[in-house]
Amino acid sequence: MQEDREHGLEQAMGRMLQTGVTVAALVVLAGGILYLLQFGGSKADYAHFQGAPGALETVSGIVRGAVRMDAQSLIGLGILLLIATPICRVIFGVVGFARLRDWLYTAVSVLVLVILLYSFVARR
Amino acid sequence: MSVLWFSLALFGMSVLAGFLGAMTGLGGGVVIIPALCLLFKVDLHYALGASLVSVIATSSGAAAAYVREGFSNIRIGMFLEVATTLGALLGAYLTAKVSGDWIGVIFGGVLLYSAWTTVQKLEDMPRSGKADALALRLNLRGSYPVDGGREEYVAEHVPAAFGIMFGAGTLSGLLGIGSGAVKVLAMDQAMKLPFKVSTTTSNFMIGVTAAASAGIYLSRGYILPSLVMPVMLGVLVGSLIGARTLAHTRVKTIRVAFAVVIVALGVEMIYNGMTGRL
Repeated sequence: MQEDREHGLEQAMGRMLQTGVTVAALVVLAGGILYLLQFGGSKADYAHFQGAPGALETVSGIVRGAVRMDAQSLIGLGILLLIATPICRVIFGVVGFARLRDWLYTAVSVLVLVILLYSFVARR
Repeated sequence: MSVLWFSLALFGMSVLAGFLGAMTGLGGGVVIIPALCLLFKVDLHYALGASLVSVIATSSGAAAAYVREGFSNIRIGMFLEVATTLGALLGAYLTAKVSGDWIGVIFGGVLLYSAWTTVQKLEDMPRSGKADALALRLNLRGSYPVDGGREEYVAEHVPAAFGIMFGAGTLSGLLGIGSGAVKVLAMDQAMKLPFKVSTTTSNFMIGVTAAASAGIYLSRGYILPSLVMPVMLGVLVGSLIGARTLAHTRVKTIRVAFAVVIVALGVEMIYNGMTGRL
């Protein structure tokens, strides 16, 4: 019984990761095709660091650009979805272990989540 | 070269990086950074950004399969993530205080030595057979698929492994690279877990460690979407192929591949440290 429920958590977490990765990849692919149609013929030059275009350095800038169907912003949105996937996985762990009534690992997952969120806040 | 051909070439290289990264638990960065900088003449900052995304892609892409097949151990992964994320915070704090150069050289030396110990024993590490009381209390045990059946294991030397993981997190916060190698080594050589469990659990964990640095990379402009696009898609394809291949691959092959990649990483770290590039 316990074994089955463990297995259930693994299956559910696997599906969650797969969904996150698939959606992120499809958005990046759509943006990528659009980008190559517009700029595929121009010369590739990434030898000098100029930073990403200003709007692409913030989450809100990326989302606004993606709504306008700007190719680079669409790719950026896909990248954001990919970055969110492991974070969602930790949140998923909190819920999953709580449903298994494994309080030790519910606490461990919460602790990882808190440290993770702190690292986002602390570095700004 | 036109953007179209450049992207296609980058895609092909990234498939290989994702495949190797998923099999060895090291993520794609070890291959991506030198290939982008040396072969594709990409600026190091852009290469670091692409590498970070590739690590998350390898981790999440392959983990979807590894977790469902029961290779990655979710509990061991979560437990050790406490140590790596705390370490990463300390590492980020330390970057302002210490020079990365010497640490890079020492870490490179440790990797070369670890490569040697990894191939000393070409099967799984011998287990002492006595149950580790702390591991049992923390439920750091499981079973994984071997030749159609499942084989049980219990972690050993838990406090040592936790300490090493803290060090791995600190290094990744400080140097921005190489934490996957230490994760695999801690689970293989300290906890004596089966090698496939070590690499796939490391693979499961590295995405979270990398996601913690993603915000700062984005705000510094390291993540250039047009460059990351072929890398991310290629690495995903490669990691899915790697995840399908792992079950049928002999432990010996994975050990040798792991050792070769960390030798390359070790030499890279020593070179970068000596020339002051860290």
